[in-house]
Amino acid sequence: MAKATNTELIDLLGEKFGEQLFDVSEPYGLLTFSTTKDRIIDVLTFLKENTIINFNFLTDITAVHYPEKELIAVVYHLHSMVNGIRLRLKVFIHENDPRIASATALWNSANWMERETYDFFGVKFEGHPDLRRILNMDDLGVHPMLKQYPLEDPNRVDKKDEFFGR
Amino acid sequence: MKHNNQPIFTDNDPQNELVTLNLGPTHPATHGVFQNVVQLDGERIVSGVSTIGYIHRAFEKIAEHRPFYQITPLTDRLNYCSSPINNMGWHMTVEKLLNIKTPKRVDYLRVIIMELSRIADHIICNTIIAQDTGATTPFLYFFQFREHIYEIFEEICGARLTTNIGRIGGLERDFNDAAFAKINKFIAAFPKALREFESLLNRNRIFIDRTAGVAEVTQETALSYGWTGPLLRSTGVDYDVRISEPYSSYEDFNFEIPVGTSGDIYDRYLVRNEEMWQSHSLIQQALEKIKSEPKGIFHADVPDFYLPGKEEVYNNMEALIYHFKIVMGEIDAPKAEVYHAVEGGNGELGFYLINDGGRSPYRLHFRRPSFINYSMFAKMSEGMLLSDAIINMSSMNIIAGELDA
Repeated sequence: MAKATNTELIDLLGEKFGEQLFDVSEPYGLLTFSTTKDRIIDVLTFLKENTIINFNFLTDITAVHYPEKELIAVVYHLHSMVNGIRLRLKVFIHENDPRIASATALWNSANWMERETYDFFGVKFEGHPDLRRILNMDDLGVHPMLKQYPLEDPNRVDKKDEFFGR
Repeated sequence: MKHNNQPIFTDNDPQNELVTLNLGPTHPATHGVFQNVVQLDGERIVSGVSTIGYIHRAFEKIAEHRPFYQITPLTDRLNYCSSPINNMGWHMTVEKLLNIKTPKRVDYLRVIIMELSRIADHIICNTIIAQDTGATTPFLYFFQFREHIYEIFEEICGARLTTNIGRIGGLERDFNDAAFAKINKFIAAFPKALREFESLLNRNRIFIDRTAGVAEVTQETALSYGWTGPLLRSTGVDYDVRISEPYSSYEDFNFEIPVGTSGDIYDRYLVRNEEMWQSHSLIQQALEKIKSEPKGIFHADVPDFYLPGKEEVYNNMEALIYHFKIVMGEIDAPKAEVYHAVEGGNGELGFYLINDGGRSPYRLHFRRPSFINYSMFAKMSEGMLLSDAIINMSSMNIIAGELDA
């Protein structure tokens, strides 16, 4: 089948979800948009089960922490192997209440990806069958990829941006 | 507090007949730091739990504090059986971010390096399957070709395992004559050895008995568990990043994607063997193509991003300035996010990079195929013989460095 285009996809999704999808952009040709945490499973289910677009493959789940906005973005990368097109979906959740529905019912691969995201960002995936830490030790106590945890001695200044004119 | 590595299965065993076995984290049969707590009924696995993270080194966190060019050595240590693919994948991610177009000759040189490392990766996996099924000869004999590949890498970049090969914008130096001579020697000698390797195993009764029909996986299951690479192709899905989203001029090459039918261990072995033939052909094609490209070009003309050579830095003002800026991380990279995937030794290796204009990435996430492929292991071991589970793990080619990042 010929490769589908982002425009076709935007039309199809706009028709179905309308205002519930926002911040649409195409950085480096990869269609990116956001949705809310209430709608995420509906959107993922539609993307996976729609026979025309058929995003059958979950490439990746990860998260990004934006401390100045007090937000954590959960980022899904989906791939439609049949149409040869990728898609990036973001959900911004508040860092004090990092809860989102689990995608494990749709893809088994979401299991470990969500455990990894929980381990590093503390995002609680509701409905996950076994949400434990995966790479760090169980009694670590913190979620180390959050920006408030510095990598090294915080008194070191030789790697700080402000000392390089930024 | 309940720890991961304690036996946790008691509810389905009222008579206390089952044995809990702690397989790993350092077990000679697992080829890496893997722990699986399995519950055994005789020799059959009833259930299992994988514990991973024994060599977790927080690469994603470290990467948030390093300029782009210093992240390459981190990628070496992901899948250390095919480090150059990781290096190239990272360089291409940054080049995509910076909109750098590399010359064709650079692309072809990179293809040579990447296909050599793919062969090295598959040699490791397939000889180890043979080793675990009881055949020592392939391991001892065929493994020397991995050594030859490492000698080529040594000639190209000076290192063997953790290569740090190439730079953003190209390669750090051109291949020298000795490197081309070694590649040509390898190309000439490899087919004979691969044929011998195949003749030792492909129709070997013991090998087929141990592997055919073991750990079969359907396409639906494989896709649902996020499998990519030779594992996914062994189930019959013809997905390969080199074809679906060609990078580094793979679209100029003529090659085939081998697929299996049942996804069992024998199919995975066959798929990897055929991929070695395809890689061999790709290297030959690349060598042929390089002849018609202008000589001596080994990087794109992007002085803002490409680290200049030492000789130039010492003698040339411009180069010194660029060198200083790049080393201090003062390059003007667009504030953007980019996902780039390459076909690694065992699947789609993805780099998700968010740049906010600072010295280092705001966020860098590695989509690591070993991590995602391995999530099915405990589940698929249920009902399997312990000895089959061991070769199943070998055939999945899980590399601990990539698993744990």
